[in-house]
Amino acid sequence: MERREFIKRVGAAGLAITSSVAGAAWLYDPRSGAEYFRNRESQKAKTLRSYHVDRAQGAVDMAIVRGKDPEKMMRTGLGEMGGIGLFIQKGDIVVIKPNVAFDRPPALGATTNPDVLKAVALLCREAGARKVIVADNPVNQPEGCFFKSGIQQAALEAGAEVMLPRESAFLPVKIGGEVLKTWSMFYRPFEQATKVIGVAPCKDHNLCSASMTMKNWYGLLGGRRNQFHQQIHKVIADFPHMIKPTFVVLDATRILMHNGPTGGRLSDVSEGNTLVIGTDMVAVDTFGYTLLGRDPDKLDYLHLAETRGLGSTKWKEQNWREVQTG
Amino acid sequence: MRITHTRLISQIFFIGLFLFFAFIAQFGYLKGYPVSLFLEADPLVALATAITTHTLYRGLLWSLVVLIPTILLGRFFCNWICPYGILHQFIGWLFNRRSIKERIESNRYRTIFALKYYILIGMLSAAAFGSLQVGLLDPISLFYRSLTVAVLPALNMATEWIYIQPFEYQFAWLVGFLLFFFVAMNLFIPRFFCRVLCPLGATLGLFSRFSLWRIERDVQKCDNCNLCLQRCEGACDPHANLRKSECVVCLNCLDDCPHDALSFNMLPPVAHEATLPDLNRRRAILAGITGLLFFPFSRSSGDLTKNFKKEVMRPPGAVAEPEFLARCTKCDQCLRVCPTNVLQPAMFEAGIEGIWTPVMNMKMGYCELNCTLCGQVCPTGAIQKISLPQKLGMGEFTDPGPVKTGTAFFDQGRCLPWSMDIPCVVCQEVCPISPKAIFSRPVEITDRWGKTVKLTRPYVDPILCNGCGICEHECPVKDLRAIRVTAVGETRSQERSLLLK
Repeated sequence: MERREFIKRVGAAGLAITSSVAGAAWLYDPRSGAEYFRNRESQKAKTLRSYHVDRAQGAVDMAIVRGKDPEKMMRTGLGEMGGIGLFIQKGDIVVIKPNVAFDRPPALGATTNPDVLKAVALLCREAGARKVIVADNPVNQPEGCFFKSGIQQAALEAGAEVMLPRESAFLPVKIGGEVLKTWSMFYRPFEQATKVIGVAPCKDHNLCSASMTMKNWYGLLGGRRNQFHQQIHKVIADFPHMIKPTFVVLDATRILMHNGPTGGRLSDVSEGNTLVIGTDMVAVDTFGYTLLGRDPDKLDYLHLAETRGLGSTKWKEQNWREVQTG
Repeated sequence: MRITHTRLISQIFFIGLFLFFAFIAQFGYLKGYPVSLFLEADPLVALATAITTHTLYRGLLWSLVVLIPTILLGRFFCNWICPYGILHQFIGWLFNRRSIKERIESNRYRTIFALKYYILIGMLSAAAFGSLQVGLLDPISLFYRSLTVAVLPALNMATEWIYIQPFEYQFAWLVGFLLFFFVAMNLFIPRFFCRVLCPLGATLGLFSRFSLWRIERDVQKCDNCNLCLQRCEGACDPHANLRKSECVVCLNCLDDCPHDALSFNMLPPVAHEATLPDLNRRRAILAGITGLLFFPFSRSSGDLTKNFKKEVMRPPGAVAEPEFLARCTKCDQCLRVCPTNVLQPAMFEAGIEGIWTPVMNMKMGYCELNCTLCGQVCPTGAIQKISLPQKLGMGEFTDPGPVKTGTAFFDQGRCLPWSMDIPCVVCQEVCPISPKAIFSRPVEITDRWGKTVKLTRPYVDPILCNGCGICEHECPVKDLRAIRVTAVGETRSQERSLLLK
């Protein structure tokens, strides 16, 4: 055998052995049992920053606006609170979270009124927001919900972008609540967000009595969220731990009085002609519950959240305004 | 420009159109596009459903647009329009054999190519009894099914281009493997599927006996070089007496003949052709008997009568089961267009006749209340084109009431508030009916530690429940759900009704 060929063949065999050993050493993982599972759990969860904005002492925290024209109502209400400019500045990326949970037309009151969403998005654009993202993870099939609720159309008309809950858009997020510690959340919209606004319809709910601005955040979560119902009040009171929105809007232009949260007949809906804008979700929902004709003293999640210092049910003691628009 | 170039343009156009229609057949894109056009223009679907139902459903009239030119020109459809044929030709081209000699040999006629006629005879013989099985191998249905069940979900896995939330189908691997098998067989026998198995090709082959035009060989000019076989798609012996039933009018032989001996002529002498397919009477009778026996053997399992399966929940608007099996061509376009993934290709749930027909699996999805897309796209009326008021039982349909696809039942032993003192009622929350078909009764119980627990326990109102299954879909008892929908109470069948009405 030629020396040249000998070196070539032995060299090739040697290289094959060396790379096998190197590959095995590189991939070697001795952890097993408890150590293995601990390693799995320690995957890092994202945390949402606070989207709250500080305003001057004595600024109005809550505006109750009565009227028929959502855009005028939003302008007036925010005007009472110092103007949208106090909340949204030039260059902001705003995430708006409507409730688009169900495949329903707007008149059935199961989803956020598209005119209200449009007004909020328009005002953000006017205030100089660089981008407005409208996002929700519906219960029904997402494309149908965004289309039939009119939310997609409204968002596009206002120059906002609709983000649909694709599988890859979800990441584990730190909730930091009493029941929910970390949970899979529709995180992609929040990757760049600098401000967050919740726009929730005012609805009857079969289990927790009412779905308003606090319950609205349920719609950002994924995973096995249908387990929340087992401790629904505690879980709803966990949401203000998870997210500190810039402000919230309770959309009571229509109120779903019965058969919530889905509704289904026009007779389930009553004219509300009201918007409530506020920075304290507990306060907004306490007032909102009276719009359903119910007694806020009896709504557990409000008091749980108040006890945890996440807001106040005593909205009347706060700085609030009620205004009527034409 | 050569005629074969025109053919190539036609092929690119039609496979593009087919894939475009398949891609847009979903909620977000489906506007007024005639996405069912290929299925409706399929003469085999038209012929076989005409045999099973004695009618030609709506858009199936389009099949004449394919059939009439076939009677004039032969099987041009197979090599000018059929997307599945185009796929196979493309694969054959991609994995081209190198030597001309090998190619000539691979394109000679073989007796096994007559198998497709026996398959057709067997399927039509079953159809005569009311069992539509052509969809198993009909190339349009087969290709559409393969795209829907296997290809698009796989593509979505890699890209997220197709769905917002991933769609999955039971036994997708089988559908995917069959597609792979038929495609891979081109490496062994070019156009294997088209030449050996295709019942649509066989149908058109039978009709092409009438064709006025065909390839004609001028024996004076021909020197028997056999070069006309090197790219012959049909394996139809253009070098000898043309087998009219096999020729797919690819016209490659016109290009390849070095002596200009071949032409596409009107009314050439019958003496120069094999007008009919190469059929053996005894085998044909055997094929007919197979189809004939298939019917009683499959029906005697009782799948349509006493032993009907609770899992066989058909989409809203579906006709009663015997007629459903006479109409459904297993194209699975309804699965494609369904926005929730609830529709699944059956395996044996609906009996052997029901393979790949649509059934609802509430673990995979649920029937969206304000949606009738499956019936809009069904080419054969297995799922009727119902309107939303008809589905919901509104307006003029108040009296017949809503279309029900089944009824929900609680499994109290698995239900959290019923057997474990834990609050839940997700089922009631998501029920889309107003007033809700799931209602609850508040109870105050003393738990095992003596603590008082307030709960609401859910019940089904069978009069209101339409069997949409969103309750089952959302039930947190993830494996065997604590509320499950079964087929009983479905509107389409008196025998399977539940309540006296």
